[in-house]
Amino acid sequence: MQRRAERNFPGEGTMEAIILQILNGLDKGSAYALIALGLTLIFGTLGVVNFAHGALFMIGAFCAVTMQRILNLSFEQVDPSRTDFLGNPLKVQVPYIESWFGPETGGALLDWSVPLSIFLAIPVMIGLGYAMERGLIKHFYKRPHADQILVTFGLAIVLQEIIKYFFGANPIQVAAPSVFSGSFDFGAILGFDPNVIIYPYWRMVYFLFSLAIIGAVFSFLQFTTFGMVVRAGMADRETVGLLGINIDRRFTVMFGLAAAVAGLAGVMYTPILAPNYHMGMDFLVLSFVVVVVGGMGSLPGAVLAGFLLGILQSFASMNEIKSIIPGIDQVIIYLIAIIILLTRPRGLMGRKGVMED
Amino acid sequence: MFGLNPRDTRFLLIVVFLTLATPLLLQPFPESSGLAQFNAGYPDLMQRFAIFGIFAIGFNILFGLTGYLSFGHAAFLGVGSYTVVWMYKLLGYNILPGLVLAMVISGLFALLIGFISLRRSGIYFSILTLAFAQMSYNLAYSVLTPITNGETGLQVYSNDPQVLMGANAPTSPHIFGLVMRDSVQLPVGDWLFTFNIGYYFCAIVAILAFYISLRIFRSPFGMMLRAIKTNQTRLNYTGLNPRPYTLAAFVISGIYAGLAGGLLAAMDPLAGAERMQWTASGEVVLMTILGGAGTLMGPVLGAGFIKYFENIFSKINDNVLHAWFAFLPDGLENFLVALMHPFVGKGWHLTLGILFMLVVIFLPGGLIEGGQRIARLFRRRPDSDSRHQPKPAPHVGE
Repeated sequence: MQRRAERNFPGEGTMEAIILQILNGLDKGSAYALIALGLTLIFGTLGVVNFAHGALFMIGAFCAVTMQRILNLSFEQVDPSRTDFLGNPLKVQVPYIESWFGPETGGALLDWSVPLSIFLAIPVMIGLGYAMERGLIKHFYKRPHADQILVTFGLAIVLQEIIKYFFGANPIQVAAPSVFSGSFDFGAILGFDPNVIIYPYWRMVYFLFSLAIIGAVFSFLQFTTFGMVVRAGMADRETVGLLGINIDRRFTVMFGLAAAVAGLAGVMYTPILAPNYHMGMDFLVLSFVVVVVGGMGSLPGAVLAGFLLGILQSFASMNEIKSIIPGIDQVIIYLIAIIILLTRPRGLMGRKGVMED
Repeated sequence: MFGLNPRDTRFLLIVVFLTLATPLLLQPFPESSGLAQFNAGYPDLMQRFAIFGIFAIGFNILFGLTGYLSFGHAAFLGVGSYTVVWMYKLLGYNILPGLVLAMVISGLFALLIGFISLRRSGIYFSILTLAFAQMSYNLAYSVLTPITNGETGLQVYSNDPQVLMGANAPTSPHIFGLVMRDSVQLPVGDWLFTFNIGYYFCAIVAILAFYISLRIFRSPFGMMLRAIKTNQTRLNYTGLNPRPYTLAAFVISGIYAGLAGGLLAAMDPLAGAERMQWTASGEVVLMTILGGAGTLMGPVLGAGFIKYFENIFSKINDNVLHAWFAFLPDGLENFLVALMHPFVGKGWHLTLGILFMLVVIFLPGGLIEGGQRIARLFRRRPDSDSRHQPKPAPHVGE
């Protein structure tokens, strides 16, 4: 298997292989980029290193689980047309939603539970972010960074355990809408041979969704008065405050926004990875690496580094690469982070003067 | 005595006494009483107290003195464990060569990681150490399987060489014939005390570790490390290069962690990659902060506290709770049990997380500071009016 792949590599399949790996890296890269974007928003505005951001991603994913459970709330009904193996009329579970809206609309709503959970996740995440900032993080602005890391780390443990208490420790499968459940032949669209580049629909959806979110966040910051004030506050908080603008309130809103971005990233990721209570921690470690590689406090840097590391990771897991350097797929991200930190201490696009101690 | 001033000597002697008397002190409840489940005087748990005490003491030398928050210390713990098990496989079950080599190898490993990571400070340092630890963990699980035995974990098999193994040598970890898992049980009335060889070995090592850390705290070197924590820029301006000192502290704490990992494998001849996972690094951070970073006894207290509750709290289930509140009316009993249910048994991590947050928010000095505050509360005489005392100056900076 491996040998055949090696023989193919320098030949005609090179372009296809590269495109395939880039595509494979995109969905993970999108998740990294979205989480890192939120982390950077919080760091750039409030100057707080938020170790609980992975937990926010995880809670977003569990919003999708909750939505699915709400939609699936059902009652028992006797179906006279069918019988069980003893010949008695069969009792079937009918979701309320199907009995209210009829089987077709109800079924469609059930099928679309993941995209629908966005409407649940946005208020939940903004509320949670708001509560976190006002209730806890506000008191840590003047404390050292180590204290901020520690208290948010504690918060992450608490959030994680609460989710574990309600949903258990096992991963919970959540299905994408059936329209997007299959794969499509991406290569054929670009004019390559058919059946070479096969890509699942939902991953494409996830990528486009993340692009939309990133675009929305950037245009919000760039083209609204609110965003302008926030950007001014990121550059010089004190002066903006002296101009009579309540910058703290706006930064709190930005914290809520960052939480919502992480939550949405989690919601849409559920069909790709069945959520469990510690998925947040797994993503958090990588997202921190992403933020550092991109440059602390740089929003475009976070997005760029997210996609870059996602794609590099998928390249590193190719058999051709692994046969040259075994195990590279496990460590590539960390290795790059180490190299970047040592050669370009500010990260790829870091600004001067941001956390250079 | 021992190169310490009288106050520290007294302190050290108290610690020695407490450590050696642990099997008696942690067994306060008679076996037949309902409170016997709170007894912690069984070998496995006491060994953990000592081992994680060593781990936390070492971590405290780095974090408590220099303020560098490492999120990757578990890597050294894992390296120590793997080394000791390899020595079992190659030489025999005597733990001494393994432990010495574990300290050497984890020290070298720490030198390498520290040399690179210490180029940066603050959050970058935390993330670099985290990256290194995760890298070691991932490698131990995948490519290094010939060395680490991957997911199964490293253990001794009957066809291993074990060249130094005598004909009638014990077939479990021992030091010159004293088998670690052997214990002497001493029933006194209704109490049962267990004196375990493994625990006493760990305890002696822990006392040595504590003594060395005490000497470091009181030495000019320790002063230097504190200076790094207080103001590194000022240190630079006085013409001193702080990096050799931080690197030394990093290596020392790495050696402590390697020793702790080696002892883990000395008590139970197994080593697994999960010991290197970053949650394990997080645990030692929790221990140190909970007890009180930068204090001598704090990390040990924190380690004992966490390990005690990990073992005892997680044993409390609904039946035990019902038994406690049985004297209350039924409705209230059920309500209280339902209220406490999420926090005990499997949910003890929730309790730990909440406790940890409370400590970070309200008691940055940890349990030690809490104890001091309570002590001050009692010591203050009613006539000493605080209005006549000078107000403490507000902290400037940070």
